[in-house]
Amino acid sequence: MSNEQPIVRVENLKKYFPISGGFLFNRHHGAVKAVDDVSFTINRGETLGLVGESGCGKSTTGRAVLQLHKPTAGHVYFKDIDLTTLNTAQLRELRPQVQMIFQDSVASLNPRHSVNKIIGEPLRINNAGSEREVHSRVIELMELVGLNPRWSKRFPHEFSGGQRQRINIARALALNPSFVVCDEPISALDVSIQAQVVNLLKELQEQLGLTYLFIAHDLSMVRHISHKVAVMYLGKVMELTDRTTLFERPLHPYSQSLISAVPLPNPKLERKRRRIILQGEVPSPLKAPSGCVFHTRCPLAYDRCRTEVPEYREVRPGQFVACHLADRDGSSIIPAQIA
Amino acid sequence: MAGTTTPPAVGMEEYVEPTWGSKLAYVWRLLWRDKGGLLGMILFLLMVITAVFAPIIAPHDPLEQNLRDSKLPPAWYEGGNWDYPLGTDRLGKDIFSRIVYGTRVSLTVAVFGVLIAGGLGLLAGLVAGFMGGKVDGAIMAGVNLWLAIPYLVFVVVIASILGRSLFNVILIFGITDSPIFARVTRGEVLRIRQSGYVESAISVGASTSRIMFDHILPNLIGPLITLATFEMSAMIFYEAGLSSWAERAAHWCQLGQHGRSLPSILAKLPWMVIYPGLAIAIASLAMNLLGDWLRDVLDPRLRRSRA
Repeated sequence: MSNEQPIVRVENLKKYFPISGGFLFNRHHGAVKAVDDVSFTINRGETLGLVGESGCGKSTTGRAVLQLHKPTAGHVYFKDIDLTTLNTAQLRELRPQVQMIFQDSVASLNPRHSVNKIIGEPLRINNAGSEREVHSRVIELMELVGLNPRWSKRFPHEFSGGQRQRINIARALALNPSFVVCDEPISALDVSIQAQVVNLLKELQEQLGLTYLFIAHDLSMVRHISHKVAVMYLGKVMELTDRTTLFERPLHPYSQSLISAVPLPNPKLERKRRRIILQGEVPSPLKAPSGCVFHTRCPLAYDRCRTEVPEYREVRPGQFVACHLADRDGSSIIPAQIA
Repeated sequence: MAGTTTPPAVGMEEYVEPTWGSKLAYVWRLLWRDKGGLLGMILFLLMVITAVFAPIIAPHDPLEQNLRDSKLPPAWYEGGNWDYPLGTDRLGKDIFSRIVYGTRVSLTVAVFGVLIAGGLGLLAGLVAGFMGGKVDGAIMAGVNLWLAIPYLVFVVVIASILGRSLFNVILIFGITDSPIFARVTRGEVLRIRQSGYVESAISVGASTSRIMFDHILPNLIGPLITLATFEMSAMIFYEAGLSSWAERAAHWCQLGQHGRSLPSILAKLPWMVIYPGLAIAIASLAMNLLGDWLRDVLDPRLRRSRA
C-alpha cells in the first residue's frame, strides 16, 4: 500500500503564541513555543501517530500543518506545494484535499444544522451539484461511516458520541481528501467505541487510500493504527520511528518511560513490567528549560543536557532521536521493557 | 469511490421539498405542544387586532372629554355605566378607549423600537466581534460611552429638540437601547467564532460570509430573541411612563395646579391606574411567552420530539 513516497513533508515547523498585554500599550512579554522546530514526513497511504502529554503541542502541530494556525516559521509541503506560502483563496481551493477530524465531536458540529446539512456543507461550498445530488452523496457517506441514512434529518444532539464522531468523519471525507489530520478523534469516547472508530478509520484508509496524521495520547491506540510514531515533548519531537522499533527498542528516555507506562495484556509479562516513573511535572512552555527540554525530568540527564540542545538526527536507519545519549550504544540507556 | 452502494430508496423518500401548507401545519403543531407559547401567540394576535381595529373596537374617542361623566368607576361597580366599561378619568375620558388606542402606540413603539435597536446593535456587535482588535476596541468604547448616558434624561432632551412625535419616540428608544444588543451580540460572536464548528467550517473551505450567515447568525437567534422580548416589554413600560409623565407635566403648566400624588389617585380613582397597568402587564406577558416559545422552537436541541 505504501510506496515510500512522502505526500506530506513538514520542515522545521514552528508556532509561537505571543504573550502580550497591558493597558494601552501592547507589550510583548514573550512567547509560548507550542511547536518548536518540528520536522517529519508522511508517506502516501500511511499513518503517522503523534503522541505526547497534553499541552505538548500535538494539536497545534496538526492545526499548523493544515494552516488553521498560521505557522511562525517552517514549511509544510503537501504534494510538493508549500502550504505556508498560499494565500487564503489558494488555501480554500486546496482545502478539499486536506481535511481534519476534530477531537470534540459535540463542539465541532453546529447544533442548528441537520446531519444532511453538516455532511453536505463541504459539498455545497464546493458546488458539488444540485441539492438532490448532494443529498444522495450525503447518504452514500453516511453508509460509508456506518450511520443509518434514515437519520439524515436529525440534529447532532440526537446522536451518541461515537455516532457524532462518525458524522465528523463523514464530513471530512465528503470531498475525497487524500490527507486527513485526526486530532484526538477518540479521546472523548468510551473505550469500546474508541476501537470501533479506530477500526473504521483503518478500514477507510485501506478503502480510500487515505494518509493520516493521527494525534493521540493513548499509546495502544496509536500502536494499533500507526505505521510510524512521533513522540512529542514541550513542542519538540523527541523520537520518530516506525511503530515496531518505537515499542520494542525506543532510544529516547522519554519514549522509554511512556512505553513503560502501557499496561500489558499478558499478566506474566505485566508482572515483570518495569515502569520508569518520571519525577516532577511538564515545565511551563513559557519558560522552557535550557538545553534539552526534557532534562528536568530525565533520569539520565547529565551536564551536557542542561546546556546543549540535542540535535534531532537519524541515529539508526529510520529512527530519529533528539538525545545526547542516543549517540552511545543503546546498552547504556535503561533497557526498554520486553514488549 | 470504491465500495459505495447506490443510495437506497429509503433515504431519498425523506427528501421532500416542504410546502407552505406543511410548514404552517408544522408551526401549529409546535404551538399546540407548548401551551405557554400558544397563550402568548393568542394574546399577541389579540393585541395586534386591537391595535389595527382600534377605531372600531373603542366606543369613544380617546381624547374626548365628558366632564359630566368624569371619575366614573368601571361598569360593574355602583354608579358605573356600560358606556364607559372601565370607567373614566378626571376629565371624563373613557379608560377603555384609551387602552385600546394605547395598544397601538405601545405595540408600534415596542416592535419598531426593538427592530431599530436590534438592527443597530446587531450590526455594531457583529462588526466588533468579527473584526476584533482595534475595530472592536473602538466600537465597544463607543457602546460603553453610550450606555453611560442616563436614559430618561437623554430621551427628554432629544424629545424637546426633535419634538414629541411617535416617530421620534421610536427613533430615540431604538437608538438608546441599541448598546445592549451590541454587547450581547459581540459576546456571542466572540464565543461562536472560537467554536469547533466554525473551525471545522473553515477547514472545509467555508468563506467568511458563509461562516457569518450559516454558523454565527443562526446561533445568535436564541440570546437575541430573549433580549428582544425583554426589551420590548421594557419599552412599553418606558413609553407608558414617559407619556403619563409628560401628560402630568402638561397639566401642571396648563392648570397651574399641583400634581396629584400617585397615592391619592390610587385611593380615589384606582381604575385609572389598575386597568392600563393590567394591559401593560398582559402585553409584557404575551411578549415574553411568545419570545420563549420562539427561542425554543428555533433551537433544534429544545424543540422536543419532532412532530
